[in-house]
Amino acid sequence: MSESKAALKEFQTEVRAWMKENVPAPPPFLLPLSFLEVGTEQQLDFLREWQHRVWSAGYLGMHWPKEYGGQGADPAYQGVVDRELGAANAPIMFNTIGLGWVGPLLLEMGTEDEKAKYLKAILSGEEIWCQGFSEPDHGSDLGAVQTRAVRDGDEYVINGSKIWTTMGNYADHMILLARTDPTAERKYDGLSFFLSPMKIPGVDAVPIRKVTGEYGFNQVFFTDARIPASTLMLEEGKGWQVAMKTLEYERGVQAGQGTSHWAVSIQIDDLIDDLRGFERDGEPLFQDPSVRDQAVTLIMEAKALALSQRRMRLSGLTSDFPMGLPLSSKYRGTEWARRMKLFGTAMQGASSSLYMGDGDAYRGGFWQRAYFSNFGMTIGGGTTQVQANIIAEHVLGLPK
Amino acid sequence: MSSLVGNVALNFSEEQSMLLDVARAFVRDKAPIDRVRAQLETEAGYDQAVWQEMVDLGWTGIALPESVGGSALGFSAVVPVIEALGHGLLGTPLMDTTLAGQLLLRAGGAAQESALAAIAEGEIATVAFLDGADWGADNTGVSLDDQGCLQGSKSFVGSAQVASRFVVVGNQGGEPLLAVVARDALSDDALVANTLIDLTKRSARIDFSGVKPEQVITGEAVVAALRDYRLLGALLAAVEATGAGARCLEVIVDYLKTRKQFGKLIGSYQALKHPTVDIYCAVEDSRSFCYHAASIIEEGGLSADAETACRMAKTSAGDMLVFAGDRAVQFHGGIGFTWDCDSTLFIRRAQWTQQVFGDAIHHRKRLASLLLD
Ligand SMILES: Cc1cc2nc3c(=O)[nH]c(=O)nc-3n(C[C@H](O)[C@H](O)[C@H](O)COP(=O)(O)OP(=O)(O)OC[C@H]3O[C@@H](n4cnc5c(N)ncnc54)[C@H](O)[C@@H]3O)c2cc1C
Repeated sequence: MSESKAALKEFQTEVRAWMKENVPAPPPFLLPLSFLEVGTEQQLDFLREWQHRVWSAGYLGMHWPKEYGGQGADPAYQGVVDRELGAANAPIMFNTIGLGWVGPLLLEMGTEDEKAKYLKAILSGEEIWCQGFSEPDHGSDLGAVQTRAVRDGDEYVINGSKIWTTMGNYADHMILLARTDPTAERKYDGLSFFLSPMKIPGVDAVPIRKVTGEYGFNQVFFTDARIPASTLMLEEGKGWQVAMKTLEYERGVQAGQGTSHWAVSIQIDDLIDDLRGFERDGEPLFQDPSVRDQAVTLIMEAKALALSQRRMRLSGLTSDFPMGLPLSSKYRGTEWARRMKLFGTAMQGASSSLYMGDGDAYRGGFWQRAYFSNFGMTIGGGTTQVQANIIAEHVLGLPK
Repeated sequence: MSSLVGNVALNFSEEQSMLLDVARAFVRDKAPIDRVRAQLETEAGYDQAVWQEMVDLGWTGIALPESVGGSALGFSAVVPVIEALGHGLLGTPLMDTTLAGQLLLRAGGAAQESALAAIAEGEIATVAFLDGADWGADNTGVSLDDQGCLQGSKSFVGSAQVASRFVVVGNQGGEPLLAVVARDALSDDALVANTLIDLTKRSARIDFSGVKPEQVITGEAVVAALRDYRLLGALLAAVEATGAGARCLEVIVDYLKTRKQFGKLIGSYQALKHPTVDIYCAVEDSRSFCYHAASIIEEGGLSADAETACRMAKTSAGDMLVFAGDRAVQFHGGIGFTWDCDSTLFIRRAQWTQQVFGDAIHHRKRLASLLLD
């Protein structure tokens, strides 16, 4: 790391002061827990304006090049900002698919034109991105997607449907995985990757309600939608390669994200502090030996995850399975978070039965909502079970 | 950063790295699994020549000061060596001797110079700690009477059959003490060997009644040293289990890649594949906790953070190895249930490890106090 501790410390002081001045008071309406649940115009406007303010201050995509709206700084600076955003309980940076996946993807394999065209608007929040990978009939088996892209002069004609498309109803662009060659021998070789416009004729996004009761994802229908041929990335047939690279960013296997502040931070401390007020058998909850035991297990898992992050940087302690820790971090982290939030939901006695909207629900049903919401993490971006396959095959070398 | 997660120091020093390489190579060359098996039913449980080489490599003095002939590399440098021995399932008196050395060093300091020098030179020592089966008890039941003789017996004394020196935990008038007893002072029938579930280990019940110790150590330092001993013991047990778990994982993965049923490699079945991934993750966690604990001890001794780390390491590694050993038997099918299958060694080691220096429930209970109160 080239940045001195002192410089970062000084920067942290600056950022902290900025947060104090600028983090908005909570609005009168509920904000989403993560970018996956942006479901109303109100939320969208609020979050977009906030992201714009953070970017204008120079605190977003700090390690992206200056000419594309970044600061050309060391990634450690964005790390400082992200920690301070979390510490200040600041609203999330909602344009996650752009900031976290498309941005680094374009920086790594995009053309000069693509970078110039898209990156700055991702940071400023002016242009929203969505991801068109999953289809009704093909989710985990992503290589089998059937949405068709047929070349017609300077355009491709798109037909088919994508589903679970987060922010599809608000997005300006979609990273679209579509089939250009249905006859390819390997299903993967028939796929191509597009930076497709969304606000064009023939593209319709229909919001879908979630288990939390909220919105955030959509089914997107393409009916003879015409997109410029220039939106094709690399060349026809290379779609799978680009999609896999995208998933590395999505799963956090690769660094380069414009920010990591895309969800309300829910730490184990929040859980323990929060539940202290509850009682069991007429005594404080955390005097119950069995509850204590479960709480310790959750804290240990949190610590193990934090230690894994550290260990990734110590090559001497990772040489047995060099990709093991990065490839298992989504598998471990999202499942731990699910169990932690479930614990938060379940330890409230009869109050566990209440949900958002009930005036008596503890913290407005925060843990209940957080628990449900968390399935977005254990299903989205490749399910837990698919992650286990990946670890088994790519880390341990087990057969398919 | 979450304050419950707290200290996440994690380092891997040049010395540790070198020792890990050397110890791994040593285990590979000198103690392949068939040689370990050859010792299962011998009295000592290990090969004297192999032990002598370990002594010659200086491993009994790694964490002892230079003044007594040690190499003063610190306790954290013991960790990679024990990890490598665990990987080989090699049962030797190194852990017991190391811990006896640490207990004496911490309780007695300079007064223990000759005993510590002997340990650095390879004399086998061990701590007679448990009164009964309860790791959570005081374990100071053996008393020193007015004639200066010990009264009472100790259970599960590790490496007792081969030890030349015993550090007996006891009391005088209710105050804890350590009594150093030479093997020669014990009559032959004072020692009753245990039949252990893990045949790579040795322990015995010893009646110390009527024995005059060479030396008695008392005072504040003994209390502190006993706390350290329990924590360092838990850590080394965790470290050894981490090595064993990694090896167990290799054994499982190898079988899953070679055995076919229904025309397919059994490793393609998710009912085997996914738990194997969980074993892998558990091994990684245990390893993180162990080196984390070692890092903290290196930086600041046995602080509260270090206590948390040692307890987490033992909890994590103990549970991990039980899981890995248990699944190793099941995932080998009929052959896994045989004496000759290596899965047997792991499931037996796991049962030994899970209890030593306190099981997972013992440590989680104490972690709860450290973290929640
Ligand atoms: C909140 C949320 C937001 C999302 N946002 C987007 C988005 O913006 N863009 C987008 O493209 N997609 C998005 N997704 C879709 C997500 O990527 C898919 O849901 C996911 O890949 C699983 O696909 P599926 O839903 O078709 O389930 P299926 O693949 O049908 O899986 C059903 C069950 O079978 C299991 N399974 C499937 N295959 C295997 C296997 N080989 N081995 C073991 N088990 C298996 C799965 O784990 C699961 O439990 C989102 C999903 C959620 C929940």
